[in-house]
Amino acid sequence: MSTTMDHPVEQVGGVTAKYVDERLGSNKFLGRNLGKVFPDHWSFMLGEIALYSFIVVLLTGTFLTLFYNPSMVEVVYNGSYVPLKGVQMSEAYASSLDISFEVRGGLLIRQMHHWSALIFVAAIAVHMFRVFFTGAFRKPREFNWLVGVGLTALALGAGFTGYSLPDDLLSGTGLQIIRGILQSIPLIGTWAAFLVFGGEFPGTEIIPRLYAAHILLIPGIILALITVHLMMVWTQKHTQFPGPGRTNTNVVGYPLLPVYMAKAGGFFFIVFGIIALIGGLVTVNPIWIFGPYTPDQVSAGTQPDWYIGWLDGALRLMPNWESVIAGFTISWNVLIPSVIIPGILFTGLALYPFLEAWATGDKREHNLLERPRNAPVRTGIGVAAIVFYGILWIGGGNDVIAAAFDLSFNVLAWSLRIGLIVLPPIAFLVTKRICLGLQRKDREKLVHGYESGRVLRLPHGEFIEVHQPLNYKELAIISAKEDLPVLPAPVKSDADGVRNPNYRVDQLRHKLSSFFLRDNIERPTDAEIEAGQAHAAHSAGLEAPLHEYEELDQDPVGHGGVLHHPGMPMTNQEQVDQRQ
Amino acid sequence: MNEIIPGSGANGEAARDGHSSAPAKLGYSPVAEIPHRLRVTDTDPKAARRAERQVAGMFTLSMVFVILSVIAYVLIDKYTVVYIPVLGDVGASNVVLGFTFGMAVLLIGAGAIQWAKKLMPDVEVVQERHDMVSEKEDDNLAAANYERGKEESGFARYKMIRRSLIGAMVLLPIPIIVVLRDLWITPPGENPTEILSTTMWTKGKRIVSDGTYMPIRPEDLPIGGLVSALPEGILEVQEEEHNLNARGKAAIILVRMDPEQIRSQQGEGWDYNGILAYSKICTHVGCPIALYEQRTHHLLCPCHQSTFDLADSGTVIYGPAARDMPQLPISVDEEGYLIATQDFAVPVGPSFWERDKA
Ligand code: HEM
Ligand code: FES
Repeated sequence: MSTTMDHPVEQVGGVTAKYVDERLGSNKFLGRNLGKVFPDHWSFMLGEIALYSFIVVLLTGTFLTLFYNPSMVEVVYNGSYVPLKGVQMSEAYASSLDISFEVRGGLLIRQMHHWSALIFVAAIAVHMFRVFFTGAFRKPREFNWLVGVGLTALALGAGFTGYSLPDDLLSGTGLQIIRGILQSIPLIGTWAAFLVFGGEFPGTEIIPRLYAAHILLIPGIILALITVHLMMVWTQKHTQFPGPGRTNTNVVGYPLLPVYMAKAGGFFFIVFGIIALIGGLVTVNPIWIFGPYTPDQVSAGTQPDWYIGWLDGALRLMPNWESVIAGFTISWNVLIPSVIIPGILFTGLALYPFLEAWATGDKREHNLLERPRNAPVRTGIGVAAIVFYGILWIGGGNDVIAAAFDLSFNVLAWSLRIGLIVLPPIAFLVTKRICLGLQRKDREKLVHGYESGRVLRLPHGEFIEVHQPLNYKELAIISAKEDLPVLPAPVKSDADGVRNPNYRVDQLRHKLSSFFLRDNIERPTDAEIEAGQAHAAHSAGLEAPLHEYEELDQDPVGHGGVLHHPGMPMTNQEQVDQRQ
Repeated sequence: MNEIIPGSGANGEAARDGHSSAPAKLGYSPVAEIPHRLRVTDTDPKAARRAERQVAGMFTLSMVFVILSVIAYVLIDKYTVVYIPVLGDVGASNVVLGFTFGMAVLLIGAGAIQWAKKLMPDVEVVQERHDMVSEKEDDNLAAANYERGKEESGFARYKMIRRSLIGAMVLLPIPIIVVLRDLWITPPGENPTEILSTTMWTKGKRIVSDGTYMPIRPEDLPIGGLVSALPEGILEVQEEEHNLNARGKAAIILVRMDPEQIRSQQGEGWDYNGILAYSKICTHVGCPIALYEQRTHHLLCPCHQSTFDLADSGTVIYGPAARDMPQLPISVDEEGYLIATQDFAVPVGPSFWERDKA
């Protein structure tokens, strides 16, 4: 620390840094990393929302543990909520009611916990879409995609176990369905259900067991995985969208200290604050309405939390197949929607980066994100998966929809079943078409510039349509497109007649690669682009005397970025000042 | 960025593997040359002062909200309910605590972001990336160290040690799995299949109505009516077993219809003068059912809409359930109360692997 520190706060900071550094060598890390550059884009905040809502979940959950009692011992309620006075219920439910009515701020924290859980899962899902559609999962980030898939599954588990804890009628009904699902697993299902519930359903063990999973096991693993996730982001550096000055080998953005830290830190408080406001103003899961759980009662028309809706929909849409083989029952009607389909979806999700890399033969490192249109097949697959999920989700509300539109369940169910099979492929084709159309438009822009829509009559009588050159931003973004050729078809045997032992695999790979890449609209060459832009500039120039031709970005008063490297002699501000 | 010449032959291996760091490419301009607009706060010291006051104002307001929230915690009675338009009748304490605390937190965030946007440099900076792959030197060092370790331990040479170690590691998890067996401390002689296949119902067991727990006479049931019912003594069993297991299996519904309308039953004469008893637990995944349409005799499960026809042996006429709703044979005792004449003939509730072995 060579600079003089005259402010007392800085002195304290400096002394502390030195104290710690002498023991841990921490300044080596700080020196390298306080200036670390993070690119900026609104969609990069989705992961942050997930992280921050998880922190809120941890804080509020810890508060709840101080009052919640995970016990299924029956007690008679004697709290202040009059309609339930004198009713028999589990201690778990009674303590959840007490949190809601007797503990000041308890309801706020309970509702914040539930809201932040909902936001947590939603943010994870949207964050995953962002990563998928921009190809951020490509090399070198495949591991982090896997960690993300794991986190998604765990988040669903955390939400479900939490939803079961209050032991009200809704949570018990959810558990009953879990029991039915467990029992449908061939061979081991019956025993699995008995082991999980500690005997027959509902028993008295399940709440304490879910509690251990909910407050220790699952959040512990989530915390560990989040740490790994962020460490990988840190070492690999964040991806960035293409743009002026952005290449595959640099990062353009704001330094950790101070801008990124202020923005990200500030954003944490914003997320936290909004959750507190929602928790105070909007009721979620009013457990007192439903009453305590008993296995012979149910309340009609209730919906599970949104992220479970698709599984519920799958259960509803499945035809009632069951087979008895050699006296043993296989309940396809439960097994397929609740075990097999989710299994396939999550496996597919986990394997996708590896499948795509194998199919396209792409082994490069990718630090620049790909625009969804430039990967039409990937984008199509993503949209098809969302449509599939969406139909299951709608199926989860089929009673509500049937009532609202006065449809019979049968008609609705069959429409949804057919839709489930037909619509995803259609969505795939339509999406791919749209992407290719956009690619074509991009190509037009590169070789001809913008169509301005204005027609100009030249002095010698010729009419031309005025084209305008792309501005530097668009040019950088659009021209960043990268093309890959289709992998060559393999030969059965080479010139010497030696058979290719991998022929079948290579052939499959060739076909897949062709599926991914063959329709690609090639990016024009640099020379073509340059000629096209020059031509457009010329036509715009012809028009210039007639119209007040104004380029939006033509009045730069400042300058762009500065080269940032650790240990640099000047601060950013000094460089800024120097250039002006 | 990679330079890929479009259509550069079928073999794209070079393009796929390559990672050149030369960014000289069309559309690329060094960041320093990108036009950049100065903000008002960069050029006008007054605007900068204003921004400073805004930020400080938000932080100050946050403190005010903290104080308000503590006051609200102390002063607002926790049972006070107020009417707020849109929100309806809500707990005053909850709303005020949420609002004040939420604002206190939100304002810190808003202030920090305003600070970053208005007063901290908004110039983007550049850092170089490096491939994740290690330098050749490190590669070699790792390989050499690995070889040394392999050599010194003799892992490759001592075949017997290697194999036995692998065997030991494979077996090690077994006790960890075995020890989970007592997640269910199985009472002697009991097994899941049997437990799932028997309920509290026995020959002569009286049927009592849910809620009052009073025995039911046939004439208590109007035609078209549906009553949720349980075996007599259910409360005592619950008391004794400290759980709701018996209730979860034995719950039934009673319906009464014109005997003419009963098309079939699961057993000859299992009704009593048009009164039928069916399990209340859905055969799909076990939700309790009580939505009954008396005109069609359809019983509808609220969970996934499986529909059973009670006038026709409780068969599934719609939905994901695969099994008919089990019927309980009933009659009356000498005092004229409804009774069961035996237990269910098949297991109630969701299917399971050994269901048909029962
Ligand atoms: C990892 C992400 C987590 C998610 C998605 C989650 C979700 C949930 C949900 C949806 C509920 C039901 C809330 C209600 O409406 O009553 C709940 C309850 C609960 N959670 Fe969490 N939770 C998480 C982590 C935690 C942690 C880390 C703790 C404690 C350290 C915790 C403690 C509790 C407690 C005690 C309850 C019962 C509260 C009651 O019934 O009133 N949770 N959780
Ligand atoms: S539990 Fe009755 S239909 Fe699913």
